[in-house]
Amino acid sequence: MSDKHDYTVVIGLEVHVQLATASKLFCGCSTKFGAPPNTQTCPVCIGMPGTLPVMNRRAYELGLRTAIALNCQIAGYTKWDRKNYYYPDLPKGYQISQYDLPFSHDGWLEINDAKGAFEPKRIGIIRAHLEEDAGKSMHDEVAGRADSRIDLNRTGTPLLEIVSQPDMRSPAEAKAYLTELKLLLTYLGVSDCNMQEGSLRVDANVNLHVHLPEGKIATPIVEVKNMNSFRAVERALTYEAARQYDVWVETGNKIGDVPKQTRGWDDAANVTRGQRHKEESSDYRYFPEPDLVPVTVTEQEIEAARAGLGELPAALRDRLVKERGITAYDSDVLVNQGLPLVQYFTELADLVGDAKMASNWIQQDVLRTLSEKNLSIEAFSMRPDRLAGLLQKVRAGELDTSRAREVFVDMLDKGQSADEAMQARGITKVDESELVALCEELLAANPKIVADIKEGKLQAAGNLIGQAKKRNPNVNPGRFRELVLEVVARMA
Amino acid sequence: MELSATELHAQLTSGKVTSVEVTRAFLDRIAAHDGAVHAFLRVDRDAALARAAEIDQRRAGGAKLGRLAGLPVAVKDVLCTQGEPTTCGSKILEHFRPPYDATVIERLKAADAVLIGRTNMDEFAMGGSTENSAYGATGNPWDVTRIPGGSSGGAAACIAASMAPLSIGTDTGGSIRQPAGLCGVTGLKPTYGRVSRYGLVAFASSLDQIGPLARTAEDAALLLEVIAGHDAKDSTSVDRPVPDYHASARQPLKGLTLGLVREHFGAGLESEVEQAVREAVRVYESLGAKVKEISLPHGKYAVAAYYVIAPSEASSNLARYDAAHYGYRTPEEPMIARLEKEHAALEKAGNEKALANHDNALVRMYRQSRAEGFGAEVKRRIMLGTYALSAGYYDAYYLKALKVRRLIRRDYDEAFQQVDLIVGPVTTSPAFKIGEKVDDPLAMYLVDLYTVSANLAGIGGIAFPCGFSASGLPIGLQLQGPAFEEERLLRGAAMFQQATDWHTRRPHLR
Repeated sequence: MSDKHDYTVVIGLEVHVQLATASKLFCGCSTKFGAPPNTQTCPVCIGMPGTLPVMNRRAYELGLRTAIALNCQIAGYTKWDRKNYYYPDLPKGYQISQYDLPFSHDGWLEINDAKGAFEPKRIGIIRAHLEEDAGKSMHDEVAGRADSRIDLNRTGTPLLEIVSQPDMRSPAEAKAYLTELKLLLTYLGVSDCNMQEGSLRVDANVNLHVHLPEGKIATPIVEVKNMNSFRAVERALTYEAARQYDVWVETGNKIGDVPKQTRGWDDAANVTRGQRHKEESSDYRYFPEPDLVPVTVTEQEIEAARAGLGELPAALRDRLVKERGITAYDSDVLVNQGLPLVQYFTELADLVGDAKMASNWIQQDVLRTLSEKNLSIEAFSMRPDRLAGLLQKVRAGELDTSRAREVFVDMLDKGQSADEAMQARGITKVDESELVALCEELLAANPKIVADIKEGKLQAAGNLIGQAKKRNPNVNPGRFRELVLEVVARMA
Repeated sequence: MELSATELHAQLTSGKVTSVEVTRAFLDRIAAHDGAVHAFLRVDRDAALARAAEIDQRRAGGAKLGRLAGLPVAVKDVLCTQGEPTTCGSKILEHFRPPYDATVIERLKAADAVLIGRTNMDEFAMGGSTENSAYGATGNPWDVTRIPGGSSGGAAACIAASMAPLSIGTDTGGSIRQPAGLCGVTGLKPTYGRVSRYGLVAFASSLDQIGPLARTAEDAALLLEVIAGHDAKDSTSVDRPVPDYHASARQPLKGLTLGLVREHFGAGLESEVEQAVREAVRVYESLGAKVKEISLPHGKYAVAAYYVIAPSEASSNLARYDAAHYGYRTPEEPMIARLEKEHAALEKAGNEKALANHDNALVRMYRQSRAEGFGAEVKRRIMLGTYALSAGYYDAYYLKALKVRRLIRRDYDEAFQQVDLIVGPVTTSPAFKIGEKVDDPLAMYLVDLYTVSANLAGIGGIAFPCGFSASGLPIGLQLQGPAFEEERLLRGAAMFQQATDWHTRRPHLR
């Protein structure tokens, strides 16, 4: 098979989201990240004999919020199940999860790409269910020893597992799905989505549909794990698609020919690696959890949760375009930064009275500063009223954009207001008569430029603006240009 | 010591005796006779006397005391007690000291009971004879060469032998009622959800229930009153008020209709048991009760369904005993040495396949620790449950058993449309000899024949003596009632005990 065949990548994602509850799913222990090992445990979450779980109602509510925002059907009656398997960091020997009656199913999430890399599409959600997290194993293999330490602080932390349909057709779509999902979760306030701390974990199921003259064939499904960033997901899927194609060319294996394989992403080496097959991995001996009563939810409770969702990203994007008159692209960039930034934007736009200008300044100067200083918008010292003070000066023609940038930096570094920063830099508005005098002087000294302008080469005025700014940095280039053209026109 | 708990309580309250005197009398009785009976796994004489003295002191000081103030209570060794060993009759929990109290223990302490000791049981409550304890069998006080029943064998035997006035047992398939019947004491299995299971080391979570054992129904009522009620730590415990069981226990039931289950009187029921039960029914009739024959058609599947559901849950509940977190662990050095030897042999033989499947140290540690820490019956049930739940068998066994369970519950619902209580035998025969059935697990499972249905349906049942065999062994009578009708069960048993004296008979211990 030397011909290169066309193929489509087929991707489904399983996302585990840690819900932002103060306490664990079945006990009152704290879920705060980073405490010393085994300090946030109690007899219940470490599975001491005789202990019983009691459901954290708040975790269910956060799950419900999310599922509704994902357009899921909500089950009126849902139960818990035990998923049995032995693992050192699973103290009870089973995980409490939801098997055949998850609390939600059959939803969707719309993804699109502002730059048009793919058409907007709906990614189906098979189900979202609640489960408890396991503990953490730390393998210390220093100096030939193979000690493993177990930290059970994480056991019982509430997770929402969101399983998508295999609807994504490229690594870019997968990344867009994750980005949009994370944004949605952030807007809903149901999770901090911190991937470094494991609040959001992604597994991908991927295979290929190879297009042959005689029809489409599907290759075996591979599950890819250990991806710690969205960028890693994109790279892992790109790598995996190419690898699977090569394997297919070599073996001709179709789906069903070999068991589902699990591979781990090695970010440093930029490859996926096969992981040892778990024995009887499909046999978790699920059965209904007898220690927990089923959960029931009424239509009224679902409606109340729906009413309390707040504005979600997709609706917000549309509204900013309609109400603020910014472009869809700008709206997308702002909304994707999260609700606090959108709030910053609307406040700034209101104060300045120019949404486009506010959007530009945020996208260029504010976001660059945040990224350089690794700050969140909430921690950004220049609140909208101060920045508005600067932008109003620009709008009033008191300073040009490049000088305004310098002032912006001073305001930031020295905590000054726009007026203070301008004063410190000696920026004052140049008097009109002074400007006219300077203009006439320069025109007299540059007859060649005057001639060029008369011939219609208006860009020649740029040279005079440069000279004027050298004489007096406070010259507003826009106003000066207007003046030059006026005076030359009069000279004709 | 021949007084009932209720009588003792009255004497304590009136100051006729002190808790120290009462507690010492029972402790002396244990010291004198438990060598032969082995009802107790542990007795802390000093701690019990200190507790009794403290209660006496508080009483003398005029303090308001709890419902059981100064009364000794023995507890089956399956309820977690903070800082004290809780073994469940298993080697795997030999060194386990829970860092917390079970809710029932908390309530007993709050009621100012004197916790006098921990009673023997079948390992993890699996068994009907208390022969499966890793710490040796318990003898029936009426004949110590015979079994006391199980799994709450120690809890029943200590009452029969007058070594405690009250005790706590647990009942998953009959483990309170069956030993109560075989030891000639009164034992109540409450409705599922009536008593919190928090801190009860689980055997089969959907079936387990904690209940009282005592000499009389009135005494059982006193103890139930203390331990019953909603617990936020157990979401399966039901939030409904706890009636004043003790106050109402002595009021006879008027216009009572008893149901006699046709299927209870088939093959297997020994004639002297049948005779005693029928005689007991006549006693009820003489007290004004009407008797109606009813049918529980799905009862014949109860033992089979039970032996799918209970082991399934047990296989999961017992997975936590992996030797990694607490409990027994196999000595590691010889284990590793053996593992390495096996590995070398496989390498030498070039057996690639066996090498690939060979245990790593962690897996071997789990396997070997569990192999050494669990007894045969526990292993048998773990295997049964694992099999019943595994892919491909779930529908045929577990799911089918759940369907049977629903039908059994429906049989009861229909029966209780016609009758107030169901009356019948507790066991097919009086206590058998120790060792008689150990090699025949199926025969052993049939000792639950008349009791398991109540657990599957989640309803309550009470067992108490109604006669004696020719060889002098107690014969029990069982009443079963609708869910949350413990009051009716206790009053039903008490009215029988007011008319008869079987419950006052005590074995002669040498």
